Amino acid sequence: MSSAQLEIQLIASLVAIACAIPGTFLVLRKMALITDAISHAILPGIVLGFFITEDLSSPLLILLAALSGVLTVILVEFIQKTKLVKEDTAIGLVFPVLFSIGVILIAQHANDVHLDVDAVLVGELAFAPFDRLLLYQTDMGPKALWIIGSILLITLGLLITFFKELKISTFDAGLAAALGLSPVVMHYGLMTIASITTVGAFDAVGAILVIAFMIAPAATAYLLTNDLKKMLFLAAILGVIAAISGYWLAHELDASIAGAITTVLGLIFLAVYLFAPQKGYFSVRYRQRQQRIEVSLLTFLLHLGNHTDNTSERHLQHLYEHINWQKVRAKSVVNLALKNNMIQIDQDIISLTEKGHSFTKEAIDYIVTNKNAEIENMKDRFFLFRG
Amino acid sequence: MSRKIAVQIDDLTVAYNYKPVLWDIDLSIPEGVLMAIVGPNGAGKSTLIKSILDIIKPIAGSVKIYGKPYKKQRALVAYVPQKGSVDWDFPTTAFDVVMMGTYGSLGWIKRPGQKEKKAALEALEKVGMLSFRNRQISQLSGGQQQRVFLARALVQNAAIYFMDEPFQGVDATTEKAIINILKALRKAGKTVIVVHHDLQTVPEYFDWVTFLNVKKIATGPVKDIFNDDNLTKTYGINYKVALNQHPSP
Repeated sequence: MSSAQLEIQLIASLVAIACAIPGTFLVLRKMALITDAISHAILPGIVLGFFITEDLSSPLLILLAALSGVLTVILVEFIQKTKLVKEDTAIGLVFPVLFSIGVILIAQHANDVHLDVDAVLVGELAFAPFDRLLLYQTDMGPKALWIIGSILLITLGLLITFFKELKISTFDAGLAAALGLSPVVMHYGLMTIASITTVGAFDAVGAILVIAFMIAPAATAYLLTNDLKKMLFLAAILGVIAAISGYWLAHELDASIAGAITTVLGLIFLAVYLFAPQKGYFSVRYRQRQQRIEVSLLTFLLHLGNHTDNTSERHLQHLYEHINWQKVRAKSVVNLALKNNMIQIDQDIISLTEKGHSFTKEAIDYIVTNKNAEIENMKDRFFLFRG
Repeated sequence: MSRKIAVQIDDLTVAYNYKPVLWDIDLSIPEGVLMAIVGPNGAGKSTLIKSILDIIKPIAGSVKIYGKPYKKQRALVAYVPQKGSVDWDFPTTAFDVVMMGTYGSLGWIKRPGQKEKKAALEALEKVGMLSFRNRQISQLSGGQQQRVFLARALVQNAAIYFMDEPFQGVDATTEKAIINILKALRKAGKTVIVVHHDLQTVPEYFDWVTFLNVKKIATGPVKDIFNDDNLTKTYGINYKVALNQHPSP
């Protein structure tokens, strides 16, 4: 592996981590779409910054461009507050306009420099190692590495310092405000960090990969854990995995690195969406099936309880024919009841056991007193699904 | 009998987009009452609490907590927002939500330590949720979620408690458990202010009541002012319909 290859992977990995941190909070705040807006709307800021500094990697340019990211958020919120349009419409109104202003500015004044619309959208990771930082004639490594490295350090420092404030203002902004932990400051702080990260990363990886790095790893991690710290950690790890494996995929296919990484991010999300242990598609389907059987079980037990003196109503055959259940379902319900010692079967006549009686009675009482409440607590006590 | 005034509201007016939601409210809440705020939908009950707590900025009027502005008295006040105002799929545990109650006294940047953890565990115990402390909050029932919210307020160890519909969507057992805790708070000399929907339970649960419908209709002891006259003024001629209404889950 050449040093340029290593540098590309290192840059992509740092961008992944730097994006995962604000990305996690944006996903939890249901503001994923705002990254799309920011990543496009920073273009006029970049162009204006370039006119002033004439250097795409100057910190001043990064700050100016980040400012236009925050301006986007303020504009979106302003339009939204008029209540004339909804939030997604407001986002859709603001960022194309700002992006277009940037495009026109480039076409008018900056045609002859290295700043074109393609570069802003997809970036070119493969070229990142060529732009070196020289200090007193010494090669300090790629500029992009220094830029994104500094941004990552700042982001990490802020995250560790304000973790508690970020968490409470994301979960319960009302309480945060009442406690004097200004959720407004946290909101704009987060937007500023998201904007700075986007600007710092755009030259190397482009706007689209920045959006992908902010949203996909966080959304994937959300399906895998119930702990905010673990979610942040997982999002960063998943981003790095996608960055490195995406690089080698691009290498194999001789394709765009940003494109390959984005594809890998999408594939990882798809796999987790399907197979995640708790929130994945298949395990949700499995749980729903169990719940259906539980409801059937309760119905079945109530039926038995209501017909203690009528054996024909309690005949096994009656279950199949009259209660209108399919055989499979009736069988699994009967088996579940048997396994939990709720019923006994004598010559195809089913009757409730002692335990079945008391469970049914409690269930009825519970449902009558609590109307719409679920019977969660009771299920725990009766160990319905734990054999 | 002169009681200390816990909350003093003068000429409070709140408007959303120039439409008044609360109009010229004057209200004195004496220390040590368990008070219900009742009124029809859109009467401004939640808005009243939020503007006392400085979450919504009023366009006129003043709020004093024990004689001083809220900003100086945060430590004296605990708040239980409506259960529906937060995302219960947020990746966190019951214990962690209760810990958030300690963030106010900690202030910026400082992290919770052993003292805060102990207080959070005690609060969970008080609401009967200790064994659920490590549950992810989306895996709690509606009643359990409300208990966690109550524990989060208890951990603040405040003098005044504001609760926005704590009985909404909870089962009968939890409702009894919550009201017992509120009564215990009053016994300990705390002031408890509850936005409440179920008019039938007002005389049983509360000793003080405020009728609100954009304007303040009446405020005082339940036994003196919870009558047909004030109910009609607040809910209109058909208030008996409201009286029989159960809070929607």
